[in-house]
Amino acid sequence: MQQTMFDKLWNRHVISGKPGEPQLIYVDLHLLHEVTSPQAFEGLRENNRQVRRPDKTFATMDHNVPTIDIFNVQDAISRKQIETLDKNAKEFGVRLAGMGHEDQGIIHVIGPQLGLTQPGMVVVCGDSHTATHGAFGSIAFGIGTSEVEHVLATQTIWQTKPKTMGIHVHGKLPHGVYAKDIIMGIIAREGVAFGTGYSAELYGDTIENMSMEERMTLCNMGIEGGAKMMNIAPDQTTFDYVAGRKYAPKNMAQAIEDWQQFYTDSPDAFDKVIDFDVSDLAPFVSWGTNPGMAVPVDQAFPAVQNADDQKAYDYVGLQPGQTAPEIPIQFIFFGSCTNGRLSDLKIAAHILKGQHIADGVTALVVPGSRAVKKAAEKMGIDQIFKDAGCEWREPGCSACLGMNPDQVPAGMHCASTSNRNFEGRQGAGSRTHLASPAMVAYAAINGHFVDIRKEEA
Amino acid sequence: MEPITTVTSTTIPLMKENIDTDQIIPKQFLKNILKVGYGRNLFFDWRYIGPNKPNPDFILNKPERQGAEILVTGDNFGCGSSREHAVWALKDFGFKVVIAGGYSDIFYMNSTKNGVLAIILPEDQRQILAAIAPDEKITVDLPNQEVRYADYTFPFEIDPLWKDKFIKGLDDIAITMGYEDQIEAYEAKIPSYN
Ligand code: SF4
Repeated sequence: MQQTMFDKLWNRHVISGKPGEPQLIYVDLHLLHEVTSPQAFEGLRENNRQVRRPDKTFATMDHNVPTIDIFNVQDAISRKQIETLDKNAKEFGVRLAGMGHEDQGIIHVIGPQLGLTQPGMVVVCGDSHTATHGAFGSIAFGIGTSEVEHVLATQTIWQTKPKTMGIHVHGKLPHGVYAKDIIMGIIAREGVAFGTGYSAELYGDTIENMSMEERMTLCNMGIEGGAKMMNIAPDQTTFDYVAGRKYAPKNMAQAIEDWQQFYTDSPDAFDKVIDFDVSDLAPFVSWGTNPGMAVPVDQAFPAVQNADDQKAYDYVGLQPGQTAPEIPIQFIFFGSCTNGRLSDLKIAAHILKGQHIADGVTALVVPGSRAVKKAAEKMGIDQIFKDAGCEWREPGCSACLGMNPDQVPAGMHCASTSNRNFEGRQGAGSRTHLASPAMVAYAAINGHFVDIRKEEA
Repeated sequence: MEPITTVTSTTIPLMKENIDTDQIIPKQFLKNILKVGYGRNLFFDWRYIGPNKPNPDFILNKPERQGAEILVTGDNFGCGSSREHAVWALKDFGFKVVIAGGYSDIFYMNSTKNGVLAIILPEDQRQILAAIAPDEKITVDLPNQEVRYADYTFPFEIDPLWKDKFIKGLDDIAITMGYEDQIEAYEAKIPSYN
């Protein structure tokens, strides 16, 4: 019988249980951060339990960390969460990239960067953007804190196998259009719940031609379309990316031989297939309060169709019929696990070189990890951002969710490379407009979005 | 975990689609290292109009709605972030049952871990439940998998494994530890590339 890559990955990890029922599956990599883990460790302690496999567990601090003066955590509870993770990691023997450590960064940036994330794995983390790791040909999904506790104690998780969806992405990306636009375009067309109950696999020539960082941007936002797992079959690009990283397999030849079995036999094996042609795709900008409320940069915001649309328009202070270039941008955020990697910063810096951000605009650049920051500094990218009037910060989640002091002030419109534009996401009253790093860079210079297809490469 | 079998209670209708976890409990309240105390900030942005100032128009604040253990709501409830705090907040507030048109997968899993029964009913049935008077009670009968109100009986589906856990109030980890031999046997077979 024909199988999807997901079927093959799933079958390899089942320990117990029948198809169609919750099955006990093995977890190869468990990633932790400071916000969703304290209660889990507390639960272990209460019940006198250990971490079963500290060698398959890795932790860092990212959500709360300051991006200036990192050791000076002002907020008492943020400090408590950070200190608690530090203490828990020591007590339970879990590997930790702690405050200021060279490996520290957003958990979904450092997993791949350290070679912890590999094809063929089941990867979990108490964070919904865990789907990012699916870009390597793994099963990767976000879990809740009780599940974190369960995985810590047993290295397994109960899951009902989802249905599978194939997303055939094909065509050559036009100039000025990026991976971010593809995933925003898919969600805008299919809705914010189209993937609920599915594990979605992206495939097709567009995907094959992409770098790992672009693939991660796609899978990262799968959850914004309801798919808690989104994956891509591993290929030579994947193997080349993993090879030589800190925790990569020592015997790569043997690993690759094993990983090569993870592909979908035929699209017929999917429960459902959707098609997405990118050849005429335009850059996307979100106007509303969920990632599906987004339009191509040259198209008008849609008419109000229901109470949710009206509420969204009221919240963002925009009107149907307006277009993205009419949004007055006052805040800029480069960063997050969607677009905070080196390639993203390179694209933005290329555009900002020799330019200056518009008057009255505040721009934060927050690298996804300390390694990204270091690499960028080595290339002189930090200086380009600084010369353009941006603030160059320490790594972390930062204004993606504003749990640290980096927040978008109430009422301000922020052009952001992150993944969520929910009400209050970037700070109480903040108005988020999601877009690609290139779109955000041009918005920084102009104080509003522009159709970057018309700009020079 | 507290067992749940049959819940008979008044209800709170909140018939909005796509209520995300940021709406259920905004991120500023995740800064805690405990599992309790979130109820007072449930639906915070809708519930308060100023510091410690409840919004009198919001249904959770209405005197006649106090004590309800059942929330009746829209489609795709609990979408967005994976925060389990959303379930802790619902539970801490006093909700034992949520009746929605559907749930995000992560929210649903989190609800099964915390003894909050998340039921799916179609819109027409939920509209009937949403329209009942504040002092009228409905019964959610888990063993028989039905919701009863007046002359209505609405059957619902639930996975037998979750049903059993809810009824017995079982702790997941203890159950899984019973599989120790199988887990060890599995670990012995994991390919190593070193
Ligand atoms: S960068 Fe944003 S989306 Fe990514 S893990 Fe951090 S808070 Fe979550």
